[in-house]
Parts: sequence; structure tokens; C-alpha cells
Amino acid sequence: MARDDTPLDQEVFDKVLKEQLDAGTDRRVAEGRARSAAVRAYKAAHPEEEAAPAAAAAGGNGEAQAPAAAAALAAPAAAGAAPAAGQAMVAAAPVSAPTRTAPLPTGNIPTPKKGAPDKHRLLALVPPEGIQRVEREQGDRVNVWPHLLIEEFVAMFVLSVGLVVFSTFVNAPLRELANANLTPNPSKAPWYFLGLQELLRYFHPMVAGISIPTFILVGLAAVPFVDRNPSTRPGDRKIALTLFTTLFMFGAVLTIIGSFFRGPGYNWIWPWAQGVFFEL
Amino acid sequence: MKLKPPSPSELGDRLRESEVWKSIFRPGSIFRKGYKDTSRDRALATMNNVLYHLHPVKLKRHGLKLTYTFCLGGLSFFLFILLTITGIFLMFFYRPMADIGGAQAYTDMQGIRTTVFFGDFVRNLHRWGAHLMVFSVTLHMARVFYTGAYKPPREFNWVVGVILLFLTLGLSFTGYLLPWDQLAIWAVTVGTSLAGYSPFIAKQFNIVLLGGVVVGPETLLRWYVLHVLALPFVLVLFLSVHFWRIRKDGGISGPL
Repeated sequence: MARDDTPLDQEVFDKVLKEQLDAGTDRRVAEGRARSAAVRAYKAAHPEEEAAPAAAAAGGNGEAQAPAAAAALAAPAAAGAAPAAGQAMVAAAPVSAPTRTAPLPTGNIPTPKKGAPDKHRLLALVPPEGIQRVEREQGDRVNVWPHLLIEEFVAMFVLSVGLVVFSTFVNAPLRELANANLTPNPSKAPWYFLGLQELLRYFHPMVAGISIPTFILVGLAAVPFVDRNPSTRPGDRKIALTLFTTLFMFGAVLTIIGSFFRGPGYNWIWPWAQGVFFEL
Repeated sequence: MKLKPPSPSELGDRLRESEVWKSIFRPGSIFRKGYKDTSRDRALATMNNVLYHLHPVKLKRHGLKLTYTFCLGGLSFFLFILLTITGIFLMFFYRPMADIGGAQAYTDMQGIRTTVFFGDFVRNLHRWGAHLMVFSVTLHMARVFYTGAYKPPREFNWVVGVILLFLTLGLSFTGYLLPWDQLAIWAVTVGTSLAGYSPFIAKQFNIVLLGGVVVGPETLLRWYVLHVLALPFVLVLFLSVHFWRIRKDGGISGPL
């Protein structure tokens, strides 16, 4: 049944809504509470409407359906009353019920009754300890469609257009055929490794090429296990933010130096004076 | 009796009522007749679409804020898709052969630039997109750090993210060699020469990865296979875990 079709008591709705809003509750939450109160009030005032559809469903689907429907109705009643025979109790038992074990298989395979319809129904009885209880705040949530998906689409579209325009006008480089005997001057690694190549100027290759990259990768992976500060507020994370920003900037500066400030012989140059020796 | 041809809107209605149309678009699709802009149909629109159902039905409102994620993770994924498509196109016109007699790989690159229809454009998209992806993945990592999104319960997803960054660099670097021009071979020579200083395994490392002591034809074939098959395969595996864990860890992090 669609939500909007549920009949409700408008008077109670307005009253509860006003109460909730006056109490300073968020409007969405207040409306929800008012609606539930109004529906409950309506149902209390019109008990006959509640019973009618259920009876119709039980009667309309033939005899086979009736036992199942009866079992479902019996379950809540049995919980309050004296212990009833049958497994219906399992579903209604409180959470603290002792662990139950299923009866051992008897080995008797039941034969279907003569003339029984060639289909079966499943009625699952879930022991309460099998139910995973999830406690989560409802919070302020919005539908992914359309809100998030439209945003993603726009981001994708803008990126695509930018990339298509750029690729139309700027050609990717293709130099002369590879020649193992002719080293270009300077020879540079791809830009994302130029920070490391720059470090090579200052440290032994063992340090710049092996130790530092390993340290960066392992260190990055270890971040969540080293930083045990549970807060995500920037004010509480001054050390973490400072450290990360410093190291990130350090890498960025080294990469920029390696890209633009190194010329022939990998010597220092000024890009505006001697030109740029950098290819993507 | 005079038969009147149906109007276009009538035709559209009939099409959307047809069994074929309804079999393609599941309930809740905005293309299906009877889509209503209700909470229920909005939820179904997300759930009943193979692409969109990576998302939850609802997300925290602050997750919409552009300055929280800058869409960097999503755009990195989009770039990966774009690179896959353009890469498949380029594979039709490229042979990873660089024998002494003549470098087929380089000849094919020239062919892509000159004779293949839209070849140059697609190669540009592939190359610029690849650089952009390295950039966006790095920025995505920075964003996740600054919002503290690696904190419990998301520690493991951060580790998966670091692996993805490493794989992205690997994909970009292996692709860098494929044009087989001076730029490619020497950039890779410089990049891999560092590995020659690794303790204990320098020689083995070179032989496994380069197929010899220097960058040569063997290297080209190895890196081609790594670039078009091995690394993308591994990346997709980790990507699946990455996306799955986002949902399992409670969706988008925050707010700050």
C-alpha cells in the first residue's frame, strides 16, 4: 500500500505536528511522528476497516492459504497466552531465550498428500538470536536519485567535455623511434616519478629509489593504524594535518622542481630563461 | 472507415506499454510508463539499475556537498572506464613488437596518428586521461585524508585505496613504454634504473620485469601484457572491494 493512501486522522496529525515543532524537533522527524500518531488514531477509531481486508485475503485465496494465515495470526496470541504447542513460539520468544538447537533429522521424507497442488510454500521461522539488530540514527538523508546521480552526471560531463576539447587541440607527444644508443639530454622519468628522480640528486640511489618509496607506500598504508585519534574535526587533528600537508607539499615541490627546473645534464635551470624540458 | 495514423505521442505510449520495453526497464526506471516522482519510485530507480545500485538508496545530505568529495573518487572511476574504452580501440591498431629489423610498435603508433580514423584523437584522450587519472587518484587520497575518512571502520578501505594508487601508477608507467619512441624508452630506463639498486634482488628484478638487463623488445611485450590485461584485472578486483567496502562501512564518511 502506498504511503499516501493510508487514511489518517487529520486533526491528530495537525495537533501532534504543532506540538513537535514547538518542542523544536526537526520538521521531517516531526512530520513522521505526527503521521504515525494520526494513523494510529485513525485505526483506533475505525477497527472494522482493519479487519475487513485481512478477512478478504484469507477467504479469497482458497483453503490452502488458510492454515498459514491462521498460524501467522496465532503467533502473537500464543506469546501472551499459555505455552502453545508448535514452533510458532520460536518467532515470538524474547531475545534472551536460551540457545535452541534444531531437532535431529528423522530420516523420514514426507510424501505429498494425494491431490495436493504441485507447489510449495516456505514459512521461515527465525529464532530471535538469529536476527541482527542494527541501531543507526536515521539522520538527514536524501535520495540518491535524483540528487547525487545528477551531480555525478554533471561532474562526468564537465570532465568529458574538458578532456575532449583538450585532446582535440593538444596532441600527445610521439618522438623519433627508440634508440638504445642515443640518450636524450635530459632524460626524465614520467612526471609522477620526477620527485623521486629529484631526490636522486641528494641521496644515494638506494635511499632515493628504494628506501623512500617503500617508506611512502608502507607509511601511507599504515596511516589509519598509526593515527588512532577518533575525531575527524580539523581542530582536533592539528598534528596529523600538519604532517600530511608538509609531506604532500614536499612531494609536490620536488615534482615541480624535477619537472620544470631541471634541464640538460639534469642541472638547475630557470624555465622562463632557458626553456622547459618537460614532456608528458 | 478511414484509418488515422497514430500520433507520435501515441506511438511513444504504445512503445512504453509494450512487453519488450517493460522487460528492459525494471519498475522504478524513469523510462518506464507510470514513473512517479515519489519516494518509492526514486528508491526503485536506484535499486533497479545495474549501474546505480552501487549506490545506496539514500545518502547523508552533506554527501551532496561538492566541496566534501569534489567527486574525485567517482571521476577517477570514470577516467578508468574512459581509458578502458579508448584503450580497447587502440589495441586494434597496435602490435607490441620491437625487433631489431624494424619496430612494428612504433610504425603502428605512426599509423594510429596518421591513417586510423580518429586514431590520433583517441590516443590523445587515452594519454591525457591517463595523466589526469594519476592526478585525480592522488587528489582523492588527499581528500580522504583531510576529511579523516580513513578512520574506523574505514581503515581497510584506505589500505585498498593505497594499493589502487600503486596500481594506477603501475598502469600509467607500463603504458608509457608502449609508443616505443625516445621519450618512452628513456623515461622507462630512468624509472626502472632505480629498481636496480634494490637490495638482494636487483638482478632478478630486472630480468623478471624487463626480460633482460636493459629495456628491450622483451620488455615491450611484458609491459604490454601487464598494461592491457594483468594490471587492469587486478585493479578491477581491488576496485570492487573498494566500492563494496564503502557501502559496508556505512556509506560516505563525515560530516566534519
